[in-house]
Amino acid sequence: MSAVIEMQGVSKRFGTAIALDAVSLTIRENEFYALLGPSGCGKTTLLRVLAGFETPDEGDVSLDGKDLLAIRPNRRPVNMMFQSYALFPHLNVFNNVAYGLRMDRVRGSELEARTRDALAMVQLDGLEGRRPNQLSGGQRQRVALARALVKRPRVLLLDEPLAALDKKLRGQMQMELKRLQHAVGITFIVVTHDQGEAMEMADRIALMRDGRNEQEGTPEELYERPASHFVADFIGDMNFFAGTRGADGVRLETGTILRGHGDAGAESPAWLAVRPEKLVIAQARPAHAEDNALEAEVVDISYSGQHLSVRLRVPEADALVLAKVDTADPNVAEIERGQTLWCCWPPSASRILPRESYSEVRENE
Amino acid sequence: MAKVRPERQALRAHAALVYLFLYGPIAVLVVLSFNESGLPTAWTGFSTRWYAALAGAADIHRAVLNTLIVAVSATAVATILGTLLALGLERLKPRAWIDGLMFVPMIVPDIVLAIALLSFYTLLEMTLGLHSIIFSHIVFNIAFVAVVVRARLRNFDKSIVEASIDLGASEVGTFWRITLPVIAPGVIAGALIAFTLSIDEFVIAFFTAGAGPSSTTFPMLIYSMIRFGVTPEINAIATIVLFVSFTLILISQRINRPVANP
Repeated sequence: MSAVIEMQGVSKRFGTAIALDAVSLTIRENEFYALLGPSGCGKTTLLRVLAGFETPDEGDVSLDGKDLLAIRPNRRPVNMMFQSYALFPHLNVFNNVAYGLRMDRVRGSELEARTRDALAMVQLDGLEGRRPNQLSGGQRQRVALARALVKRPRVLLLDEPLAALDKKLRGQMQMELKRLQHAVGITFIVVTHDQGEAMEMADRIALMRDGRNEQEGTPEELYERPASHFVADFIGDMNFFAGTRGADGVRLETGTILRGHGDAGAESPAWLAVRPEKLVIAQARPAHAEDNALEAEVVDISYSGQHLSVRLRVPEADALVLAKVDTADPNVAEIERGQTLWCCWPPSASRILPRESYSEVRENE
Repeated sequence: MAKVRPERQALRAHAALVYLFLYGPIAVLVVLSFNESGLPTAWTGFSTRWYAALAGAADIHRAVLNTLIVAVSATAVATILGTLLALGLERLKPRAWIDGLMFVPMIVPDIVLAIALLSFYTLLEMTLGLHSIIFSHIVFNIAFVAVVVRARLRNFDKSIVEASIDLGASEVGTFWRITLPVIAPGVIAGALIAFTLSIDEFVIAFFTAGAGPSSTTFPMLIYSMIRFGVTPEINAIATIVLFVSFTLILISQRINRPVANP
């Protein structure tokens, strides 16, 4: 797949605040790409650089090999769906959607046909004459989508497209956006702070932090092979054990060694990270000597349909641990609060990550 | 019917008295303008003869024309400048003293503004006439227009400007197609208020007008007529002015009603 957008060392400062810090990334043809991160991480600034509403202080951005920054925002083959939807309140649905075509001097029957096609694509036929304030939130979102798609841009930018919808509608629209992206064959770049949303929709994700691209990869790569504590913590639930990197794992303060895979310099501070669903709860220490095992006390149990969420206190690591166990697991039936158990997992399920700073430790608490 | 409690009755009576106090004199004036005899002391029958008398008076026609020239030109210029001022202020970092400065022409007593403008014109050695009244009215009308338009801009979603540019419009095209239509109710309301203020403004016009009937506005003419006592013609004139002002203010309020935001 060929690259549509290439960013090289893009930086942007607002006064003394650094919004983007030498961001480089490649977005491919026909890709559903998510810019993910907490608020203030620079993801929206990055989107606005692509749209042309912000000019980077440094760096290059190219679209199909051509310098995108040299093109004025109203001439870029890029359209944006705004978080507030930004519908024109004085124009009806038809004229909102037709606006971009009119700016391209499309007239007459072609204007009519292309506008109706765009409206049909988002299932808004019949609402052409309504004003934005006569529409529901979901309908407004669809108008905004149709308006941004009607010009068939090379790239569609979506700024928190689902944030204003209620939870149930959000789930439907996630599927809908994926379907649309396949149907129209346009590269979608979506900004979101919701990791579940990004995992669900995107082909690839750039997880951003403090204006930097912390890790880029498929949802599976980010989930299974996080490169840092931040990524591991942001994507899904994760248990962390603090220790020191030894020859074949992370050594806790008590001397117990937890085995795992990953990069961290020898004898440097490290985390051992393991997902809650990878933990196995057993009444007795497992026979399999290779497995990691820690004694733990059950603090709390909550039922959520398919699995039980069990919170455990691990005295040895001075940590609270979350385990998600299948409700069908026969071992689980007799678990009670206050009970002392064994928490086990195979080394292949755990990642060793560098433990950098004090602030990171604080964040984890 | 439910019994009305005495406190409520007292409140109603109080409200009625206040309204009577506010509108009583105006009602008397309107009624007298239709009094056949023209005397404030006795009602002798309904007549429109005082209105008919106005139609024949050349000096009144001249003054009405002058007032319309002043009001229309001052409103046109003040609406454009005031709207641009409001749009410009909206782009600035909000600072209280700049906003405060905008209110000054509204707050300064008319007499002070009148003297200041007259001194200013004298300093510039400008000949006085209708044009100097127009300049003076522009000064305070800009402030009123800007305040009304700014209030409108407060619920203006700036992302619609970016959306328009994103969809291929130029900055100028975006102003005409998006910004202006969206703030239009505020602009029109501001213009109507400016026009209303201009047609019955007296003090500033009186100070900054030249000599002679060529720059005598309608309120100035009424003032000169009233020196010989309130005549029935003046009642008729006042009723017409009242009607025009009332209508314009009602229209401006209608137009500028806040719309439910999407």
